[in-house]
Amino acid sequence: MQKQAIFQSKLLPYALVAPQLAIVLIFFYWPALQAMIQSFLLQDAFGLSTSFVWFENYIELFKEPAYFEAILRTFFFSFAIAVSSLSFALLLAVMADKPLRGSMLYRTLLIWPYAVAPPVVGVLWIFMLHPSLGVLSRYLRALGIDWNPLLDGDQAAALIILAAAWKQISYNFLFFLAGLQSIPRSVIEAAAIDGARPMRRFWTVIFPLLSPTIFFLLVVNIVYAFFDTFGIIDTMTRGGPGKSTETLVYKVYTDGLLGGNLGSSAAQSVILMIMVIVLTGIQFRFVERKVTY
Amino acid sequence: MVEEEGFRRYIAHIILWIGIAIVAFPVYLAFVASTQDNAVIANGQMSLLPGGHFFQTYYQTIFVGTSGSTREPVGNMMLNSLVMALLIALGKIAVSIISAYAIVYFRFPFRMALFWLIFITLMLPVEVRIYPTYKIVADLHMLDSYAGLSLPLIASATATLLFRQFFMTVPDELLEASRIDGAGPFRFFWDTLLPLSRTNMAALFVILFILGWNQYLWPLLITTRDDMQTIQIGIRKMITTTDALTEWPIVMATAVLAMLPPVFVVVAMQKLFVRGLVETEK
Repeated sequence: MQKQAIFQSKLLPYALVAPQLAIVLIFFYWPALQAMIQSFLLQDAFGLSTSFVWFENYIELFKEPAYFEAILRTFFFSFAIAVSSLSFALLLAVMADKPLRGSMLYRTLLIWPYAVAPPVVGVLWIFMLHPSLGVLSRYLRALGIDWNPLLDGDQAAALIILAAAWKQISYNFLFFLAGLQSIPRSVIEAAAIDGARPMRRFWTVIFPLLSPTIFFLLVVNIVYAFFDTFGIIDTMTRGGPGKSTETLVYKVYTDGLLGGNLGSSAAQSVILMIMVIVLTGIQFRFVERKVTY
Repeated sequence: MVEEEGFRRYIAHIILWIGIAIVAFPVYLAFVASTQDNAVIANGQMSLLPGGHFFQTYYQTIFVGTSGSTREPVGNMMLNSLVMALLIALGKIAVSIISAYAIVYFRFPFRMALFWLIFITLMLPVEVRIYPTYKIVADLHMLDSYAGLSLPLIASATATLLFRQFFMTVPDELLEASRIDGAGPFRFFWDTLLPLSRTNMAALFVILFILGWNQYLWPLLITTRDDMQTIQIGIRKMITTTDALTEWPIVMATAVLAMLPPVFVVVAMQKLFVRGLVETEK
């Protein structure tokens, strides 16, 4: 697609693109390239000499059980966060889509957590479920649960998943509501005339029509779980106890922070880059379909 | 007509209120904790109703800070966050709108290549290039500065794409008309295109401001000085010390203060917010 009416100038367009181009080259492409190069290099213990080692950093990485576990954990977290947040948000959106009194108020009261930063989410949830002073921990203990997410890895993981899913409810709700409102009323009425009860109407008519939104949100939620959970994990568990809440991004951060293995940290970055490219690719393929839909 | 029986409506109201309660409870709890005495909270005896320490806690939080872990007034952290968020939001809009203008309204060699170069940065979030980016910012002596906090983030594939799409829908007649009036590329941009883009810019600003205010990983990496901390970093440092020393009312007051500006933006500018969110995700 091109404009017919344009300006003639040789230098001006370059000058207009220059600011963003400079930032992109200096702060995006150059570091990304550095990471790629670094991932093929091995530095000796004193940082005096480096040698080109092909894929050794990658091979070492995949031999490391901790890395493998981090991959599985990240995927599990993503899946758990996406499913729990999406299903709860869909329930709320279906309810809010009904012609109810005060539906605008409901929308306002449900969308604001989008604005809460991940580290704040972490602080709110660790406070609520802190083993010694958490308000909800009292009730959990009263139920006979030995609640201590600071010591128990599974409980820590559950806490991260809950907190991350909580934050994402508002986002999913908003997109589900928009999706529901774009379904023509006549389609639902037709189903009603055919005698379909509300539950049946939902599963046979509304849910299939909503599938593009669901798929879009699934990808967005996975990307969110991969990257934006960093702040939640960092304020709540710091990847612990042990390594039970260490995701791929968190591992790149801690491995690089300890300054140990630059090559390995770079290789991890490159693998993450590939994952982002795949996820974004899926997202864009889907967006095209949504347009033709 | 699809009939909604009264009974089903009641159920819908109840489910929505349960949803709102789940969404609001952690925040309510934070507010309640920020008005109570630390000793009571540390004993696990916290009440679920607000206490009487509201003014005392918020005064100390904003103007003094914690007595142990950070010792930096949260008011100053909020100022840092505000400057960073504004620089990021306005910077992204400024560089994106002029890039999009060049790409849509001019023909020049490598036009689409440059567009793709900007576009592909979508696939390079800071998380996948943490340490090399840190190194460059360190080499440029931008650690602990507003430039370091904002400049590496002032590029936006989505904003550029959004403005490009919008400019494509602007009728050609407008350009021809202003050309007859003798307007050059600057006048046309300033007098015609910019006023037309107002709503788009406002919607983008709302989203980008929230995004900027909520930055975490990047400021965590490049700020070391206490007086350059943003509020998101400050709150993390407040709970680093051993649990017994954590001043929970101040931590919770900081959490409330950290939420206040972006939540206010979402609620007060809901229409723009929803529009911005839907447009940037397309």
